[in-house]
Amino acid sequence: MSDKVKSKLTRKFPGVSRRSVLKSAAVGATAIGAGPLMFNIAKAASETIRIGFPVPLTGPYGSEAQEQARCAQIAVDQFNAGGGLGGRMAELLVRDDKLKPGEAATRTLELIEKDKVHFVCGSLSASVQLSVNAVTKARGIIYVSISQSDAINEAKDFSKYTFHEAMNPHMTAGAVGRYAFPKFGKRVAFLIADYAYGHEMVRGFKQAGEAHGIEVVAEVTHPLASKDFSPFLPQIQAARPDVLCLCNFGYDQMNSLKQATGFGMKQQMQVLAPALLYNQRRAGGAGAYEGVIGGANYHWTLENSVASAKAFNDAYRKENEGAPPSDYGAYGYAGVGALLDGVKKAGTTDSDPVIAALEELKYDKYKGTQYYRKCDHQSVQSVFIIESKSKKDMANEYDVFDIVHTDEASEDVLRSCAELGHEA
Amino acid sequence: MIGGFPIELLALQLFTGLALGSVFVLLAVGLSLIFGLLTVVNFAHGAFYMLGAYAGVFFIGYLGNFWLTLAVVPFAVGAVGLGVERWLVRPLYGRGIDYPLMLTFGLAYILVEVVRILFGAEGMPFDAPDALMGAVNIGVGYFPAYRLFVIAATAVLVVALWLFLEKTSYGLVIRAGARDSEIVRVLGIDISLVWLVVFGLGTAVAGLAGVLSAPMRSVFPDMGTTVLVEAFVVTVVGGMGSLAGAVVAGLLVGVVVSMTSLFAPAMAEVSMFALMALVLLVRPQGLFGKKGLMG
Repeated sequence: MSDKVKSKLTRKFPGVSRRSVLKSAAVGATAIGAGPLMFNIAKAASETIRIGFPVPLTGPYGSEAQEQARCAQIAVDQFNAGGGLGGRMAELLVRDDKLKPGEAATRTLELIEKDKVHFVCGSLSASVQLSVNAVTKARGIIYVSISQSDAINEAKDFSKYTFHEAMNPHMTAGAVGRYAFPKFGKRVAFLIADYAYGHEMVRGFKQAGEAHGIEVVAEVTHPLASKDFSPFLPQIQAARPDVLCLCNFGYDQMNSLKQATGFGMKQQMQVLAPALLYNQRRAGGAGAYEGVIGGANYHWTLENSVASAKAFNDAYRKENEGAPPSDYGAYGYAGVGALLDGVKKAGTTDSDPVIAALEELKYDKYKGTQYYRKCDHQSVQSVFIIESKSKKDMANEYDVFDIVHTDEASEDVLRSCAELGHEA
Repeated sequence: MIGGFPIELLALQLFTGLALGSVFVLLAVGLSLIFGLLTVVNFAHGAFYMLGAYAGVFFIGYLGNFWLTLAVVPFAVGAVGLGVERWLVRPLYGRGIDYPLMLTFGLAYILVEVVRILFGAEGMPFDAPDALMGAVNIGVGYFPAYRLFVIAATAVLVVALWLFLEKTSYGLVIRAGARDSEIVRVLGIDISLVWLVVFGLGTAVAGLAGVLSAPMRSVFPDMGTTVLVEAFVVTVVGGMGSLAGAVVAGLLVGVVVSMTSLFAPAMAEVSMFALMALVLLVRPQGLFGKKGLMG
């Protein structure tokens, strides 16, 4: 207990590391030393590459957001350690969007106008990312979103400046459904958090289920952030489904799962959670999650088969007392990492060349090769189907999931460009 | 079949509502106690509830036994409550109802933030004891054993509180103090000690509610925020300060929420507030409340 508390106390919020400040100071000093004639050219060439990073540091997803910021900082440090862009160092400017679209828009605007950031990466909510995206696309700033959303791929919200590093609900729910429906049965019940993300997951499941002839026997919506799910569960039990899909997130997922376990529902049906989260599982305990199957962009045990996962884990472990990174943290690392790869490839921070470079980029930051699909800039990547382990099967406190299947990276699992309203 | 639902489902739904209601009773009793006897509106009630859950996490890690933890937590949280009454709330008596209200409002934020710093924002695991894992067939369907235990524990708690307040000489002094503290003081009783005990008792009950809820509702720093709202609805519907009112209102709110969840799930959350508005229109003092207590 006390060790855990201590590690939480000492794990400070990652701002700009001392190393990166010293480095940019040194570069700046060199530029000044180069003399007045060289000054202007030197300044342009040595100006820090600034990346704005609005995430909900406070509020219900605070720990996840801080994890994202920690991981993004690792990507920045690695870029700088590799010499930056011909000596130009990168800097991460983390801001708190408080999980509110309005707050996020204000912070993003400040980052662009006042802090003069070259790029924006971040957000941890479907609706907040749309609000950030609206600001960045109006100002021609590249934005890499690192949380799940279907809407951001659609032509209505998309712009050439918009990139989506995270998976989307369609591909996540689809992958989980394709894996589970043939295995566990056709009678499917949904417990749905009543907001966009919840309904997007249901749609993903249903589309994947068509091929397997699923029959929807119950579809129960619950208000967002419900505390007690017991009133919603009897109708699901009464419908006698083979499979229950929990289309909710965060504490809703954890509480509904805990309570469904209490009702003995896991003995009667297989429980699926499209976005089965590492941190949530660790907070919820092995008992409630045992046997639950879900989708994830990452689980650290991927290091046993993927070299980039091992490298990412090791970099993270070095700074975090041997603890491995979380799935959503990895989005922060990959989002900023891919962006800086694009910058390096383009040789500039100007938006258009960087966009062209990102569109051509094949990158492997932590989970195997990924790339941004041309029409909607959705990152094409593998989806991992994971199963939550029982307490006795865990090798250590971090060993919470088994990767039972990998849905390889493919555009086939995304909605088609035409379906999203993109031309050609 | 009624309204397109089979009778068994409706029966189970009704039972679920009563069970949910007993959780609401549990949440509301501590709040009701402190308000009824001290006229202090304790906005930190949710924070004490959260402290109870975290104390549970701490003690179960330390003692390794759920039942011992259940016994220790109320004392730990109650002790914090005693300190809060003695040094923070006491100086505010006699200054009007909004002073302690504002104080406890701020205190709640501080307690939540302290827990966030010490234990992190992501929450802690807390499982029901093995003996209460799983579901029991109650005739109309399966129901979690742990929830049945919580119903029983709540019933025991309410009966014990009632016996203490109504049937013991301590209870007599407490009730007399609530009615006319001046006379009680004249009779040579240290009334400030009585208030201290009542506040400690109310927070201890809040802590017990927290640790009992932990296996159902998860443990995280903000867990008390919604609970405060639920507890207030129950207390207002039942009548501020009435123990019997808290029980009847808690069960009523539970059944209303449960039935609404079946027929109109989108309205589930709103239903308890609609019920509250309805009750207040008909009986502004609540179902069992005394008129003019707030005046």
